[in-house]
Amino acid sequence: MKRFSPLLVPLGALAIWEAVSRLSRVSHELLPPPEKVAFRLWDGFAHGGMTGDLAASLLRELSGFVIGATGGVALGLLLGLSRPANRLLGPLFLGYRQVALFAWVPLLSMWFGGGEQGKVAFIALAAMAPAAVNTWRGTSTLPHSYIELSRVLMFRPLDYVRFVALPGALPAILTGLRSSLIAAWLATVGAELFLDVAPGLGGRMNEGRETFQMDLVLASVVLLGLLGLTFSRLAVAAEKSLLKRRAA
Amino acid sequence: MKIRQAGSRVVAGIAVPLLLLGAWSLTAREGWLPDQILPAPGVVMATLKEFIASGELQDATLISLERVAKGFAVGAVAGLIFGAAIGLSPRLNRLFGPTFLGLAQVPLLAWMPVMILLVGIDEALKVILIGIATFIPVVLNVAQGFRDVPPALREVGAVLLFDPWSMLMQIVLPAAVPSVFTGLREGLANAWQTVIAVELFASSEGLGYLMSWGRQLFQLDLVLAVVVVLAVIGFALNWGLARIEGRLGRWQLRPA
Repeated sequence: MKRFSPLLVPLGALAIWEAVSRLSRVSHELLPPPEKVAFRLWDGFAHGGMTGDLAASLLRELSGFVIGATGGVALGLLLGLSRPANRLLGPLFLGYRQVALFAWVPLLSMWFGGGEQGKVAFIALAAMAPAAVNTWRGTSTLPHSYIELSRVLMFRPLDYVRFVALPGALPAILTGLRSSLIAAWLATVGAELFLDVAPGLGGRMNEGRETFQMDLVLASVVLLGLLGLTFSRLAVAAEKSLLKRRAA
Repeated sequence: MKIRQAGSRVVAGIAVPLLLLGAWSLTAREGWLPDQILPAPGVVMATLKEFIASGELQDATLISLERVAKGFAVGAVAGLIFGAAIGLSPRLNRLFGPTFLGLAQVPLLAWMPVMILLVGIDEALKVILIGIATFIPVVLNVAQGFRDVPPALREVGAVLLFDPWSMLMQIVLPAAVPSVFTGLREGLANAWQTVIAVELFASSEGLGYLMSWGRQLFQLDLVLAVVVVLAVIGFALNWGLARIEGRLGRWQLRPA
């Protein structure tokens, strides 16, 4: 019984949803029954071009993530390892962090346009901060004795980064990358909702909202949730295997 | 010596921003970039003054802050109750925990089209979305904090024959103060992000709306002026929270 208890609430909720949508007077447009949403999802993949939307969104997210996370880790290393860089750029970066992320949408859309470039730029910006903050924290809290040891061993600065700082800060960096991935996913949805219409799941949701197709909107929500879940699972798995290799 | 060190830190800290400001002024003066891409700093300042003088900026700020306050209050109270429930009762956690975690994976903005269809684009939309944005981190942190109360503290309560209520009020809650506070802080940060996003998309008032309006009119000076206001508010929020956190730290119950 205990094994199945996590399923009780979702199944109960589905049953209530089904009952309300069948028995009450709420129109099916506003509250489509669950099987209609499931069918819509299947139909979207089979005939409706949802595969293309999914691919477009994922490509956008990953390009933004790769650009932003690379920049973020580099910035974090610079802030954490170089005192002059920390003094010069630290306050500017902290100041930047005070501005709500979505405030950059209007600016970026003017600078890069509302098309693909503007979207990827915004996703990259969203992915940058968590990677930078965690890398910064991870490298600046390394024990001072590591630096002393590397001096004794006469490591060059780059060797110190490669053999000491990066492995030492790896858990923090990976935590940052995981947050970056999730932030990039949120930003992808945001960019697709706010900026120019283009193939993608956000665009598909907007279309569903404008044409009052709740089943399409909910089918997209389900898909976005499943993808979010997949991302965090993959990130945790990758983190574990990388850290295991480090320990070995 | 210490003062001199601190002074050189401040100088270093403002050097790059000043440099950027200089480059920005120069770019604007020489006309390297059109005004619609990068208006001069002076123009941004003038717009800021103009909107403050007309009271529009204060109105927009108050509206955005009011929305944050309402949504945060709803989300935080609901999150405290739900988080405490699944943190204290393993059975409730088995029942509701996985469903909650599954729903929390949906990117927040994906709920926006759903909610627009259900409740329209009025105040309710903003309060609900900001509420959800607050709810998720509050639940995660509160539940964790309640689960992680050191067993030694619980044993003290058991030895003193505390009833469940005193146990909650005198042991569990005080020990979980830091997690509760972390949850509330993350919730507030999320709420603040969300109000701007929602106002950009579906609003006719507030700071986010002011930005999207500025963009539609190709008035980047207005957009940048709002960015300045957002930075100031962000700083104020952080500063206030850090002060509260410092106070709360003295309260926390720790096993000796």
